[in-house]
Amino acid sequence: MNWRKIEENIFHGLMLLSTALVVGSLAFILIVIFLKGFPALSLNMLIQTPRGGYYLGKEGGILNAILGSLVLGVSATLLALLVSLPIVFYLNIYLPKTSRFAQVVRFFFDVLWGIPSIVYGAFGFTVMVFFGLRASLLAGTITVALFILPMMSRAMDEVLKMVPFELKETSYALGSTRLETALKVILRQALPGILTAILVAFGRGISDAASVLFTASFTDSLPSSPLKPVATLPLAIFFQLGTPFPEVQQRGYASAIVLTIIVLLISIISRITSRRFTKHVVK
Amino acid sequence: MFKPHIQVKSLNISYGGHQALKDITVDIPEKQITAIIGPSGCGKTTFLKSFNRLIDLQEGVEVSGQILVDGEDIYSPKVDVTLLRKKMGLLSQRPQVLPMSIYDNVAYGPRIHGLKKKKELEYIVETRLKESSLWNEVKDRLHAPASKLSIGQQQRLCLARGLAVNPEIILGDEPTSALDPISAERIEQRFLELKDKYTIVLVTHVLRQAKRLADYVIFLYLGELVEHGPAEIILKDPKDPRTKAYIEGTFIEEVKIRKTFMYQEV
Amino acid sequence: MTWRGFKDAVSAKVMFLFASFILSLAFLMAVGLYWRARPILAIRPLKTLLFSAVWHPLKGEFGLASFISGTLWVTVIAMVIAVPLSILTAIYLSEYSHRRVRELLKPVIDLLAGISPVIYGVWGIIAIVPLVRDYLMPFLSERFAFFPFLSDNYTGYSALTGGIVLAVMVLPIIISIVEEVMRTIPFEMREASQALGATKWQTIKHTVIKKALPGIVAAVILGLSRAFGETMAVLMVAGCDLHGFPKGIFDTAYPLPALIANTYGEMMSIPLYDAAILLAAFMLLVVTTSFNMLAWGILLRIEQKGL
Repeated sequence: MNWRKIEENIFHGLMLLSTALVVGSLAFILIVIFLKGFPALSLNMLIQTPRGGYYLGKEGGILNAILGSLVLGVSATLLALLVSLPIVFYLNIYLPKTSRFAQVVRFFFDVLWGIPSIVYGAFGFTVMVFFGLRASLLAGTITVALFILPMMSRAMDEVLKMVPFELKETSYALGSTRLETALKVILRQALPGILTAILVAFGRGISDAASVLFTASFTDSLPSSPLKPVATLPLAIFFQLGTPFPEVQQRGYASAIVLTIIVLLISIISRITSRRFTKHVVK
Repeated sequence: MFKPHIQVKSLNISYGGHQALKDITVDIPEKQITAIIGPSGCGKTTFLKSFNRLIDLQEGVEVSGQILVDGEDIYSPKVDVTLLRKKMGLLSQRPQVLPMSIYDNVAYGPRIHGLKKKKELEYIVETRLKESSLWNEVKDRLHAPASKLSIGQQQRLCLARGLAVNPEIILGDEPTSALDPISAERIEQRFLELKDKYTIVLVTHVLRQAKRLADYVIFLYLGELVEHGPAEIILKDPKDPRTKAYIEGTFIEEVKIRKTFMYQEV
Repeated sequence: MTWRGFKDAVSAKVMFLFASFILSLAFLMAVGLYWRARPILAIRPLKTLLFSAVWHPLKGEFGLASFISGTLWVTVIAMVIAVPLSILTAIYLSEYSHRRVRELLKPVIDLLAGISPVIYGVWGIIAIVPLVRDYLMPFLSERFAFFPFLSDNYTGYSALTGGIVLAVMVLPIIISIVEEVMRTIPFEMREASQALGATKWQTIKHTVIKKALPGIVAAVILGLSRAFGETMAVLMVAGCDLHGFPKGIFDTAYPLPALIANTYGEMMSIPLYDAAILLAAFMLLVVTTSFNMLAWGILLRIEQKGL
C-alpha cells in the first residue's frame, strides 16, 4: 500500500511547487519592476512632456504618454462598449436560448479573442492606408476598440447569461418590451459584472503596444487632435528602453511602474465596484 | 439476537452548522439486509455515507461518536480510509460509471489496490458481472465504453464494480429509484441472493421495497433514530407513533427540511 | 405600432447589424491582409517565401523561414515550461486546495493575465536576461556542449529568455481553462472512484484527467495560439537579429510577430517590403485563427454534450 501513498505525496508536492512558482512569478515581476524603477520615479517625470532631447537624456517627462494612453484607452473602451452592449443584449434577451445565430456569434467572439494584437495592428494599418488616413489618435482608437471588443463582449455575455430567467419572465409578464427589459431590468441586475468587464477591457487596451504601433504612432506632444498621432505608455516604455543611455533607460523602468500601477489600480477598482453596485441586484 | 457487523455509538454529524444526525446508537446485523427508512432529507444518506467515510469528502463536516466495523473504530486516525472503503461497496442513486470500458470499470477497483495479473482480473470481471446478472448482455462487448449502457445496465455494472473489490458490506443509497421497474426488480433480486455472503444496508424511501427486502429496519426522522428492530415488527406493529404514521402513510411533514448539501465547489 | 413597439423593433434591427458585423470582422481582416500581401505572392511562390531563409529586402529576397523557425523555437520552449506547470497548478486549485486558498489565488492568476506585455518585456530584461546570461548559459552550455544547448551567444538575449517570459504569460490562460473544465466533472464521479478505495491522486489520474482530457488539450491549444502571436515581450528579450535559424536555446531568435513590429517604419520605403510583412501578418492570422477554432470547437462540444 505504501507505493500509492508515496505517489500521492510526490504529486502533491509537485502541485504545491507549481502553484508556488506561478504565484511567485507574479511577486517576482512586481518586485523587480518596483525595485528597478522606483529610484528614477519623480514627480517631474509625471507632469512634464518630453523636452527636446528627452531620449538623449535631457529633461522632460512622460505626461504625453500618460495622457495619451488615458485618452486613447477611454475612447477605445467607449467605442467598444457602444458595439458590445447591444450585441450582448441581443444575444441574451432578443434571441431565444437555443438560437443558432447566437451560437455562431459567440463562437466568433471566442475566435476573435485569440487573434494576436499585432494582427489587429496590421489590419488597422491596412484600413488606414486604404482610406488614406495617417497614423492618428482616431486610427489607434478604432484599432484598440476592435482588439478589446471580443474580450469585453465575452465577459459581458458571461454576466448576462447568469441573470435568472425568472427575472426576464417577470419583466415581460408586466408587459415590457424587450428593449425595456434590457435597459431597465437586466442592466441593473448585471451592472457590477458589466462594469468589471469594461474596466478589464480598458486595462488590456492601454497595456497593449502592438495594436497602436502602426496606427497611433508616437509623438512628444500632448494629445490634441484625433487626426494627429498620440503617445502611449507602452510605446514610451519601449522607446526609452531602446536608447543606449542609462538615464533614459532608468526613466523607462520608472514609466513601467506607472503603467503597472495603473493596471493594479484598475484591478482594485473593478473589485470594489463589483461589490458596491450590488444595491439593486436580486439574488 | 444477531451478530453486529457495524456498531454505531452516539453518532453526531453536522455540516457547517446544520446538524444532520443527532446522537444515533444502533447496531447493523451481519449478513442481513438492513433498510434505513424515513422521510426525505432526514439524514439517511449522510448516515449511510458515514460508514465508508465518504462524507469526509465534504467541506466543513464534523463527526463525533464512534462507528465500529468488526470491532474497530473507523474514525480513529490510524485507520487507512482507502482500505476501509475496500471493505464496503457503494451503490449510488444515480449510477455513476467511470469514463472507461465496461471491463475497465469492473477491473478498476482491483487494479488500484495493486492487482495486475491479467488472468486474475479477467476472472474477477467475469465472475462479478455474472453475479450482477449483466454478463450475458455485455460479454461480447467488454471493451465498449460503459457510458453506452442503459441506465439499468449501468446500475448493475456499478454493482459488479463494487463487488469486484471483495467487500464485506454493501451499501445502497436508494439504488433502484432511478431505474425502470424491470431493472429495479433485477437489482432487488441480486440483493436477496447476495445477503448470504454480504451484509447489506439499504436506504430506501419506498416502503414496499423495505417490505420486500428488509430483515432489519431503522427509522430515521429529522436526524434522530426513532425506532429500529426486526422488519416484521417495525413494519407491521411499530411502537413509536411517528413510525406508525410513516408506515401507514398518514405522515404529515410539519417541518420542511432543507437539504444542505455542501459539496466542494465542483 | 406603438412608439414603444417601434423602439423595440428598431433596436432589434440595429443590434442584428452589429452582430453581423462581428461575424464579418474575421473575414474582413483576412481579406484585407491578403489583399495587401498579394503583390509579393504574385511574383514569388509561396514555397520560397515560407521555406527560404534568405532575407534581403533591398534585393527583393523575402524568405521568412528563419522567422518562422524563431517563432517555433520560442513557442516550443514556452510550452514545454508552461504546460506541466499550469496543469499541475490547475489540478491543485480544483481538486486539492481549500476554498479560501482558491479564492486567494484566483485574483493572482487574473492579475498575471492582465499585466501588460511590455511590462513582461521589461521584467525579462531586468531579471531573465541576466539569469540566462550569468547562470544558465555558462552552466548548461559548458556541461552539455551539444544540441540544443550549444551556442556562441553570450548576451543573454536568446530564444530561451523569450520562452521563459512567454511561458509566464501563457500560464494564466491554460490554468483558468483547465480549472473550469475540471469543475464541470460531476462530483459523483470522484465519489464513485473513492468509494472503491482509490486515493485522491489515483482518482485524479485515472478518472478526472481522463474525462477532462479534451478540455486540457483545448486549453493547451489556446495557450499555444497566444504564444505564437505575442509580440512585444518576446521582441524585447529574444535577441531579434538577422542571424539565421536559431540552432540552440541560447541562440537569438527573431519570431514573426517581432519582425512585423520592428519593420513597420521602413515598410513603405522598400518595394514589396510591406507586402511581405503583411503576408507574415496574414499567416499569423490564419494560424492563430485555425488553432482557436479547433480549441473552441472542442470546448463548445464539452459545454453542450458534457464530457
